[in-house]
Amino acid sequence: MEIRKNSGVLKWALIGISAVFLTVMLILPLIYVMYTAFEEGIGVFLAAVTDEYALKAIGLTVRVTVLTVIINTVFGIFASWCITRFSFPGKKVISALIDLPLTVSPIIAGLIYVLTFGRQSILYPYLQGAGIKIIFAVPGIVLATIFVTFPFISREIIPVLNAQGTDEEEAAALMGAGGFTIFRRITLPHIKWALLYGIVLCTARAMGEFGAVSVLSGHLRGKTNTMPLYIELLYQGYDFTGAFAVSAILVLMAVVILVLRSVLEYKGAKSGEQAHK
Amino acid sequence: MAGETENYVELRHINKTFKNYKASDDIHFGIEKGKLVGLLGPSGSGKTTILRMIAGLETADSGDIVIDGRVVNDVAASKRGIGFVFQNYALFRYMTVYDNIAFGLTVNKCKKSDIKKRVEELIELVDLKGLERRYPSQLSGGQRQRVAFARALAPNPELLLLDEPFAAIDAKVRQELRSWLREMITRVGITSIFVTHDQDEAIEVADEIIITNRGRIEQIGSPGDIYSAPKTAFVAEFMGSPTRISNISEFKGYEQLDRTIHAVVRPENVSVTKKTEKSRYPASVEHGIVERVLFRGRELELAVRVHGVLLTANRRLEEARIAEGEAVDVFIYRVYAFHENEEVQIVDNANVGTENLFYI
Ligand SMILES: Nc1ncnc2c1ncn2[C@@H]1O[C@H](COP(=O)(O)OP(=O)(O)O)[C@@H](O)[C@H]1O
Ligand SMILES: [Mg+2]
Repeated sequence: MEIRKNSGVLKWALIGISAVFLTVMLILPLIYVMYTAFEEGIGVFLAAVTDEYALKAIGLTVRVTVLTVIINTVFGIFASWCITRFSFPGKKVISALIDLPLTVSPIIAGLIYVLTFGRQSILYPYLQGAGIKIIFAVPGIVLATIFVTFPFISREIIPVLNAQGTDEEEAAALMGAGGFTIFRRITLPHIKWALLYGIVLCTARAMGEFGAVSVLSGHLRGKTNTMPLYIELLYQGYDFTGAFAVSAILVLMAVVILVLRSVLEYKGAKSGEQAHK
Repeated sequence: MAGETENYVELRHINKTFKNYKASDDIHFGIEKGKLVGLLGPSGSGKTTILRMIAGLETADSGDIVIDGRVVNDVAASKRGIGFVFQNYALFRYMTVYDNIAFGLTVNKCKKSDIKKRVEELIELVDLKGLERRYPSQLSGGQRQRVAFARALAPNPELLLLDEPFAAIDAKVRQELRSWLREMITRVGITSIFVTHDQDEAIEVADEIIITNRGRIEQIGSPGDIYSAPKTAFVAEFMGSPTRISNISEFKGYEQLDRTIHAVVRPENVSVTKKTEKSRYPASVEHGIVERVLFRGRELELAVRVHGVLLTANRRLEEARIAEGEAVDVFIYRVYAFHENEEVQIVDNANVGTENLFYI
């Protein structure tokens, strides 16, 4: 009774607190990033983002993100399929392992790879012999980013695959459909929205990853500096306008992804209703 | 052995264990070509497992499955020439009715024009004209069942398996669909096995019934045989809606039976008459008290206590009304009697015939 009587006040108080919190924590800083980026005029902004090293950093981030997303999509689909469609010993362990990157600090992830592929590793002589450079090179950055983002896709599609059940796939197999046909015509339409949603999350995280990448990159300007690393470099060098200008681009990409995410969520919910009505 | 070769489908001593649960225990039966067979048993008795093993969706631990004279143990599910209607139909929810039915033909790379012809033929057969472009979510339960049926038949299978084809359908439409399915299968002329836990359904639809219980087969026979001559205690207690009587030798007309024997009696074998009415066998009626009267639409269902046992009996609506608490005469025509693990005997009231007074 008490709660119901006060619910009007309580409701608005909670909404107010949330709004203030979001404004202080998110909106103000974002506005400030934009403001600082353009403070000294659009010319300075353009100069900062078209700087040779800035362009290289943007290019590298895009390359790493695309590679990571492709690899994680393939891996995520395979892993989810195995976990939901087969029963095998150690399945629980694998499901838990997939979520590991969410609980491990990215710095640790970076260090794991340094230990695995660095000078002190037993693999090092072989890699050296084969001419493969991982640490302080682009492959290392990709590895670190993959590690940090690989739960995103499987976490989105595993629940959907579980809810779908195996009946339709079984029916299709019984009629003579092969694995690929079953995936394309039965499973994919079902997980489509969840998969795209997972890809969007994975992209966002891959673009912005700092910690793990920082350990592995070696900070070679123009070679192994991704956008977040480049921003840090500028910032440490007191080039605030440059730092915020590049940040603005990263923020812009994030906003695009946010919009995509909302569209996908809406479409996914709608198609879900369609199928289960 | 000569008879066995006529069977179109044969299961030979099939065993199947899930973890440590024996889902199929020495399953052995044969089905003649063109027959419509019902697998009937309570939930969890292993019916679906049998169906899935025939289809190749599950592998038996031991035993052979023979289809059309060929052992198919190692033949892939898709190569067995089987149409399968899943319990909840498992229609492809992201495909239209048309694409659902065409699926089996499409994946087997049939010619486009042939597919179109066949799908149209089936849509005609199952009377779904005009719904080709709908999605499963836009269909009623009965329509979904018909799509599932058409989809299973599309590649011209030699054997049709249906798992609880009526379970997902409202009681009202179910009756109608039973006769529809029966007629369809007869028209197509395909050997079929369907699973059900509903005895009325099995009796009405099947040519032959196989009764399963705890992974074993209890009895195989025509609906008439199974109903009127149950062989095992389980079947006697499963068919009809019988009451179990453990003191049958105390009842008039059954004094000759062993004191330790169990019996079941079905409502249609119990006649209840008012004290004021003339009983057909006045000397062998038992005294009973009516505890409940339920209106069942076409008839009344009476629960009558006799010798401490609550018997169920039916009475026609046009007969004189009986009230709850009324003392009545009860006559039991027939019981099915058995010792544990022995064959069931059909025992008629010993006084029938000797006292044939008002027989019409
Ligand atoms: N894939 C499975 N894994 C483990 N147990 C199963 C599996 N399939 C069926 N069973 C068990 O086997 C028994 C028979 O199941 P089922 O054939 O589905 O019975 P019915 O169709 O007669 O209800 C049940 O006790 C069920 O729990
Ligand atoms: Mg079943």
